[in-house]
Amino acid sequence: MKAKIIITPKKAVLDPQGKTVQSALAQMGYTGITGVHIGKYIEIDLAPGTDKAAAQTALNDAAFKLLSNPVIEDYKLEIE
Amino acid sequence: MNFSVLQFPASNCDQDAVHAVRLLGHSARLVWHKDASLGDTDAVIVPGGFSYGDYLRCGAIARFSPVMQAVKQFADHGGLVLGICNGFQVLTEAGLLPGALIRNRDLQFHCENIFLKTATPDSPFTSKIPAGKILRVPIAHGEGCYFADEETLAKLKANNQVLWQYCDATGSLTDTANPNGALQNIAGICNEKRNVAGLMPHPERACEPLLGSDDGKWIFESIFATLKNKTVAQAA
Repeated sequence: MKAKIIITPKKAVLDPQGKTVQSALAQMGYTGITGVHIGKYIEIDLAPGTDKAAAQTALNDAAFKLLSNPVIEDYKLEIE
Repeated sequence: MNFSVLQFPASNCDQDAVHAVRLLGHSARLVWHKDASLGDTDAVIVPGGFSYGDYLRCGAIARFSPVMQAVKQFADHGGLVLGICNGFQVLTEAGLLPGALIRNRDLQFHCENIFLKTATPDSPFTSKIPAGKILRVPIAHGEGCYFADEETLAKLKANNQVLWQYCDATGSLTDTANPNGALQNIAGICNEKRNVAGLMPHPERACEPLLGSDDGKWIFESIFATLKNKTVAQAA
């Protein structure tokens, strides 16, 4: 079992990495790109047979406290 | 006065902070991040560096060190806590100061001298800074761009919690004098109770003319004076 956590900068937060990559893509000739946002991807291995609902609750807590900073980041958690 | 300077794995301005405090005539000692108590302490400095390798986010892991519980308690009881550079990042991650520090807007690590304007003398960290004095102190950071949402910014302003702002040599808060894109040129703030402060620049590296500037000493002198007044008040 795996938990996948995608962390992205909040809309209001300056994302200079995203902006730089966006302009590089434009320079390379890729058109139609209106925004690039760079975040983090965290993969967590869970022991086989882990209760999905309990893991969801625990990892939401962990994502809020440690894995993301709610002041500047949003996160999405998936368990599969 | 006794200063406790925290030491995390990869703190690298801890010795500088100890040196500055001793140079200015007070005592300082290092407190290891695994210690659960601060001991006899009048003020705490959370120093600069790259605690825990800056893994995940700057300061994100350091805030869970056992010593941070003691710092939280110390702050809750009104103790003075100053976070410098990485220390500022640790204090925001720990929720002791509002907002966050994000990547510099130009994605570059900045290591240079900058100018600081003191926004208010009304704090234990700014009270002794001569009125109108522009401080010349170094910065050395890649993630020093201060961010807070609009509501938090409005609160900071209403409560006079912005302590220092980046400015040019004449004291103007220009965009070119802002090294990292910090909102409103914010270089340092304090909490609502005004006993916890953080700033990205390094006053401890500017406390003697040999280092090119001794302007940083005014921040320490403010802390010493506050502590002295406190002691007198307690004795009375």
